[in-house]
Amino acid sequence: MSKFSVYISEEAVETINADGIEAFPNECCGFLYGTEAADGSRQITLAVPVSNSKEGDQRRRFEISPLDYLRAEQFALQNDTTLLGVYHSHPNHPAIASEHDLAEAMPYFSYVIVSVMDGEVADLKSWRLRDEEREFLEETVIVNVEV
Amino acid sequence: MAKIIIPTPLRKFTDNTSVFETSGGTVQEAIEQLAQAHSGLERHLFDDSRNIRSFIRVYLGEDDINSLEKGATTVSSNAVISIVPAIAGGIN
Repeated sequence: MSKFSVYISEEAVETINADGIEAFPNECCGFLYGTEAADGSRQITLAVPVSNSKEGDQRRRFEISPLDYLRAEQFALQNDTTLLGVYHSHPNHPAIASEHDLAEAMPYFSYVIVSVMDGEVADLKSWRLRDEEREFLEETVIVNVEV
Repeated sequence: MAKIIIPTPLRKFTDNTSVFETSGGTVQEAIEQLAQAHSGLERHLFDDSRNIRSFIRVYLGEDDINSLEKGATTVSSNAVISIVPAIAGGIN
């Protein structure tokens, strides 16, 4: 049983999946917004694609520009929501957080990864750093229709 | 007063405060005020030499302070300072 649960609206999942397919064979990325309950469970209501700003091989790497990030935080403040994490795709690889993902991960954030195999969505998982440790825990993902 | 927007990954160190008001006259002073008010932020913002950590960017409005005068950049009373963590990753 995972320590964390994350509820993701069906609409947000569709946005993530569509972005992963469109970007294939490159990695896509975007922001995840929603709310967090007192018990730490999360409801992601909105996924917003953002440009992969990585210079170099975007089939294996993603990067979000600082300007896009600060605008995402401002969007959250203006819309009374919370930036809960980011998503990205793993083209032709499983939705398992990689060493690179771990090395770059920020605490608190949910890292949703969509696996896109040969241009089709194969899997979706979410990961969160264990407090104060460089170790990912898989979050239990629950897709919900009504939010 | 100028405002500092706290990124969500660091809000656990600010009692969930998202915006910090500061009277600091420079970016360095503003960030120092924030760190003094929320001591848990210290090690996440500064390295051992009191420089802002390399994986943190600081923006004044939409300008990277590294393209201005870095920590010495003057902060006006209506300025918005953003602390921006690096976001990246990818497959092995």
